[in-house]
Amino acid sequence: MHKRRLGVVAAAAGIALLAACSSGNGTPTSTAGATTGAAATTPAAPVTITYEVWAGTQTPAMKEIAAAFTKENPNITVNVQELPWPQYWSTLQTGAQGGTAPDAFWMLAQQIRPYAAGGQLLDISDEIKAENVDLSKYPKAVIDLYDQGDGKIYGLPKDFDTNAVWYNKALFDAAGVAYPTADWTWADFRATAKALTKKGVWGTAAPIDYQSGYYNTIFQAGGRVIAADGKHAALDTPEAIKGIQFWTDIMKDGSSPTLQQMSDTEAETIFEQGKVAMYMSGAYWALQLYNNTALRPNIGVAPLPVGPAGRATVSSGIENVGFAGTKHPQEVKKFLLFASGQEAANIQAKSGAVLPAYAGTEQTWMSAMPDFKDLQVFIDASKYAVPLPVQGNAAEWQGLQTQYLTPAWNGQVPVEQAAKDYSAAIDKVLAAG
Amino acid sequence: MSTATRVPVRRRVRRTGTPTPTRRTRRRTDWWAVLMIAPATLGLAVLYLWPFLETFLKSFKGNALFGPSKFVGVQNYSNLISNDAFWHALRNSMLYTALVLLGVPLAVVLAALIEQVTRGRTIYQVLFFLPVVTLPVAIGMVWRLILNGDFGLLNWVLSRLGIPGEYWVADARLTIWAFAAVGIWMGLGINLIMVLFISGVSAISPELYEAWALDGGGRARQFRSITVPLLSPTIFFVVILTVISALQMFDLVFIMLGSVNNTAIDGSKTIVYLFYEAAFVQFKQGYAAAIAVVLLMVIMAATAIQFRLQRKWVVDV
Repeated sequence: MHKRRLGVVAAAAGIALLAACSSGNGTPTSTAGATTGAAATTPAAPVTITYEVWAGTQTPAMKEIAAAFTKENPNITVNVQELPWPQYWSTLQTGAQGGTAPDAFWMLAQQIRPYAAGGQLLDISDEIKAENVDLSKYPKAVIDLYDQGDGKIYGLPKDFDTNAVWYNKALFDAAGVAYPTADWTWADFRATAKALTKKGVWGTAAPIDYQSGYYNTIFQAGGRVIAADGKHAALDTPEAIKGIQFWTDIMKDGSSPTLQQMSDTEAETIFEQGKVAMYMSGAYWALQLYNNTALRPNIGVAPLPVGPAGRATVSSGIENVGFAGTKHPQEVKKFLLFASGQEAANIQAKSGAVLPAYAGTEQTWMSAMPDFKDLQVFIDASKYAVPLPVQGNAAEWQGLQTQYLTPAWNGQVPVEQAAKDYSAAIDKVLAAG
Repeated sequence: MSTATRVPVRRRVRRTGTPTPTRRTRRRTDWWAVLMIAPATLGLAVLYLWPFLETFLKSFKGNALFGPSKFVGVQNYSNLISNDAFWHALRNSMLYTALVLLGVPLAVVLAALIEQVTRGRTIYQVLFFLPVVTLPVAIGMVWRLILNGDFGLLNWVLSRLGIPGEYWVADARLTIWAFAAVGIWMGLGINLIMVLFISGVSAISPELYEAWALDGGGRARQFRSITVPLLSPTIFFVVILTVISALQMFDLVFIMLGSVNNTAIDGSKTIVYLFYEAAFVQFKQGYAAAIAVVLLMVIMAATAIQFRLQRKWVVDV
């Protein structure tokens, strides 16, 4: 424990020295600077770093990125390790506690807080400065999402997602309903969903889903999930309540499968089965839907409907971060910048598995799935994207959503009441810190 | 007995000063025993005792994920008992345990029946044992499909019989029952084949049954008067193991409720699921440790009670 903290301090001191050197035109003047600088500049002994990821579909692209990095830096080998999602966070947590976490790994905004506060992540702001990384190439919503307010930068976005409406043209044609237009409104969405609902087919799916569901409509109604001060929930404001009612209205109309049906079979699966005509969700489904060859020609994408206060979509993304306890901080930082850089983004884009965060690589992503003509919608959506709310112990208060919102979805409790109760519960979590 | 003999030996040794053969063998045996047990003891200490102490201490500390946590006294425990979710999870775990215990008499009857089968007995044994060697994740996934409310096999069969189906794994009133059904099915392999059948039923002397048959006793009565009493120590063992593992059930909730979007999850959490959530989803280390300690106490209490009750029904064979 003590030894590890000492190591972190030493690494931090080294970084500080290095930063001082690079600001002085990169010419080390002091002897101390020369020794620290040596590790980064001279072709040192071969180093192997580990890079841990969870998504199987993306692993080939990650290995390709690792290989491309080694080509540029022959002395650094990157070992890509894949862990299944259910084990990823528990393994990472135990590894960080025991000082054996991977050198570089994927991070989510909902999870970063305790790691950053606990000093477990490498601050790469010096490297970003030294390499003149242009932060404007990354979606601001995602950068903001990871900002811990401590002036440090722990990682750069590797990908991002926005939401739109995936729809099944065949079901529209069968019901004789016109396809959604780019400027459709909430009222249009509700009416379309109703018109599409026939025996065995639902117009849309309305699960209790924060990221691809009600958070979007709350922002579209001019509301917020968490108040601007970050200390209170704002779900019980009239605007937020309107945003939640968007979904309960759809449930009331019978335009969606029931919550029980969507608990048994995920909404996305029901959509793929051709029983749901419109599915509001993220860009991350693109490749999966594209690979469903029977469904592929029928897929269309429309922007989210315009709400009472205009357009909005929540946005988030994965960041590449490094472990503070790594033995090779310089090499890891170098890799982190590379893995979130342009070349890596292009590799990801070509695989189609995910929408890369680096600006200018979207076209490559779209060309990976040429039969989908409307993917531009997801990229345009980043203009009105807001960061996914993740204040405080987000995993804890997000986990309370089914408990408080299910009765509202099922029409047993008025939305106002459910929103008030849920807000009070979130306040309690936020107060606990 | 052993101390009574050992004491005079030692005295004699001390007085004479010369090692007698008895002394040498005795000393050496003790030393070897200690040496042989040492690795296991060490393993136990390192892998169980130490983590337990760590957990116990942690349960009185704050929730900091990394670095030192401050001492918070019994706050984690008071938070726990004032949380409705805890009592709900405790109730779920107990209901699940009670239901899974119904699998024990079932296993006893099946064990006795298999003993009667003369041809193809192996087939039955293999069938009942299969769940034991199957991946729990695979079992959970398959049962999820069978129990699916819209296109599951169970509801299809029920509809053929004119019985309306249910959302077995999407309705919080039913999930624990669904878990128990799968839990019993999974437990049958171990309880029935490994323990009851192999070491219990087949160990009952055939002469007893022959004598019973000569006396003209019926099959049902034979089961009640010979098989069950003679099996009772084994049944006791099975009950103890079943209760402990049932109180620790976590995997079925995790796998069978599938996605986080399952709205039945809130009503279906078990104690260990609550622990998992606190430790690995919400990062509440101290709180999670408190849950683990409470679970240990519940298991210890349940086991102690069973040892008490045992005197009333277990036959000394």
